Amino acid sequence: MLDNAKTVTDAKKRYSAGVMKYAQMGYWEPDYTPKDTDIIALFRITPQDGVDEVEAAAAVAGESSTATWTVVWTDRLTACDKYRAKAYRVDPVPNSQGEFFAYIAYDHDLFEPGSIANLTASIIGNVFGFKPLKALRLEDMRLPVAYVKTFQGPATGIVVERERLNAYGRPLLGATVKPKLGLSGRNYGRVVYEALKGGLDFTKDDENINSQPFMHWRDRFLYCMEAVNRASAATGEVKGTYLNVTAGTMEEMYARAEFAKSLGSVVIMIDLVIGYTAIQSMAKWARDNDMILHLHRAGHSTYTRQRSHGVSFRVIAKWMRLAGVDHLHAGTVVGKLEGDPATTKGYYDIFREEYNPMALENGIFFDQDWASLNKMMPVASGGIHAGQMHQLLTYLGEDVVLQFGGGTIGHPHGIEAGATANRVALEAMVFARNAGRDIWNEGEDILRDAARTCTPLKQALDTWKDVTFDYASTDAPDFAPTPEVSM
Amino acid sequence: MRLRQGQFSFLPDLTDDDIRVQAQYAIDNGWAVSVEYTDDPHPRNSYWEMWGHPMFDNRDAAAAVYEVNECRKQHGSKYIRVLAFDATHGWESIRMSFIVNRPAEEPGFRVVRQEGEGRQIRYTIESYAVREPEGARYA
Repeated sequence: MLDNAKTVTDAKKRYSAGVMKYAQMGYWEPDYTPKDTDIIALFRITPQDGVDEVEAAAAVAGESSTATWTVVWTDRLTACDKYRAKAYRVDPVPNSQGEFFAYIAYDHDLFEPGSIANLTASIIGNVFGFKPLKALRLEDMRLPVAYVKTFQGPATGIVVERERLNAYGRPLLGATVKPKLGLSGRNYGRVVYEALKGGLDFTKDDENINSQPFMHWRDRFLYCMEAVNRASAATGEVKGTYLNVTAGTMEEMYARAEFAKSLGSVVIMIDLVIGYTAIQSMAKWARDNDMILHLHRAGHSTYTRQRSHGVSFRVIAKWMRLAGVDHLHAGTVVGKLEGDPATTKGYYDIFREEYNPMALENGIFFDQDWASLNKMMPVASGGIHAGQMHQLLTYLGEDVVLQFGGGTIGHPHGIEAGATANRVALEAMVFARNAGRDIWNEGEDILRDAARTCTPLKQALDTWKDVTFDYASTDAPDFAPTPEVSM
Repeated sequence: MRLRQGQFSFLPDLTDDDIRVQAQYAIDNGWAVSVEYTDDPHPRNSYWEMWGHPMFDNRDAAAAVYEVNECRKQHGSKYIRVLAFDATHGWESIRMSFIVNRPAEEPGFRVVRQEGEGRQIRYTIESYAVREPEGARYA
């Protein structure tokens, strides 16, 4: 530990011109007890060689709140003790040489109510490029109830979404239309119709389907809604297709959303890359217009995937629940995209629970009260198929959209058959679980039994029986289920 | 057509024992089982007729099966569903819903299109059965 890590309390010395350690400026307070109203951020810091971890933590606190590189006398015109973020705890990361967890508390007056943009401008602003650090990662945040209450939260929420869809007691089913680029509007709608008629609840535009030369957005919306309504009549169910309204300007997104509404769509979609403020605006629009809002997390892996630098997806999930989206992709565990079971459980809990207790084994570092904000529906998408239904239901539970893109459209006997295979597998598995069967161990038998009266399911199981994606995760929790470090 | 609403409409019709097992799952979760029927199965018909109140204090799924069969005696030519209500804070809505009785013939739905300007179409879905007055459908 630094021996000169003590705050300089003599005002004359503290504010004399020049450069001073951040810890000495008051950004390191090891005796500080965070207030219930404080926002707390947990950073993983990797200081440059020779940089003390306490000074590094203090620097992060300073640079993400009031400090600059040198002492400024104008601090003395403010209640600066209150506005300084306070690093109050630094722990070594288990099994990771040179990495430390730094806990930093921020007074809630530092942030504008109801603005993710403002929160992130401080917390992941300049500080991520700070030279004394090799790497910096925002691992988790504790958001006080007073602050949570300044946000709208999910426009619809899981419960009301289910009421609107008249779909209870089972995961919802979806599929992303493939190929993701190149289909004409008319051909695209064919995929939507077959998939929904076959038994899916939703189909989905992909993240990069906006308005391209092969298919302009109005054409897609019109053909898709023909498909949705035909499928609804064929099954007697409410159906939806996530119409992606992502565009270059807010004006254009509003125009597309209004058109989707005028056609009777129950759901629209946006991409994470439109930015936090645009997401909040669309969430407000969705609440005002009874629309389910699906968010595709396009781009997130550029900053969520590496353990040493960036922002953990659990933090993105918390911000998106505040921002007010209804659906967000959160991993499948068993599919083709990143996600180990323990970390993914942490994400799902953030989406769906009213209260998250600290769970280090799932990467959750703080108790988090969601103050009755609506719940977000997690979406599991990417390389999953009917043969994994028992694993999906076990890992992900009931309140989730399972999206089988290739696993529907790639069925050897067509899209409708693929959809039916997924729906039958799902219903059979939920039925068996409710009946008290051990689906984890008996899952394959349950599927085979269900396939006896459902040829499409038999064909799906035969086609994909050996497909698994078994790679080591790059982002796993740092703590085993029974952590040895005292927390 | 086969009405696909509910949790298990893609499986073969449930037996009374299947209904009991599923209802017991609801009861064991602390949810109140309820029986409802209708002759208007439109996907947005939220309010089917209640066959009595949800059975808040019932711990035995056999009673739910009994009520299903009582309902069948009067409304056997209609749709009957079993619901489970969860009163827990933060949910306070339906947890389960599955169809346990169907009409012998399910005529299904038609799409009504009203063509508007700019290729826009206003869609309505209508059950063929509701062309007859209530009580005279599926008879």
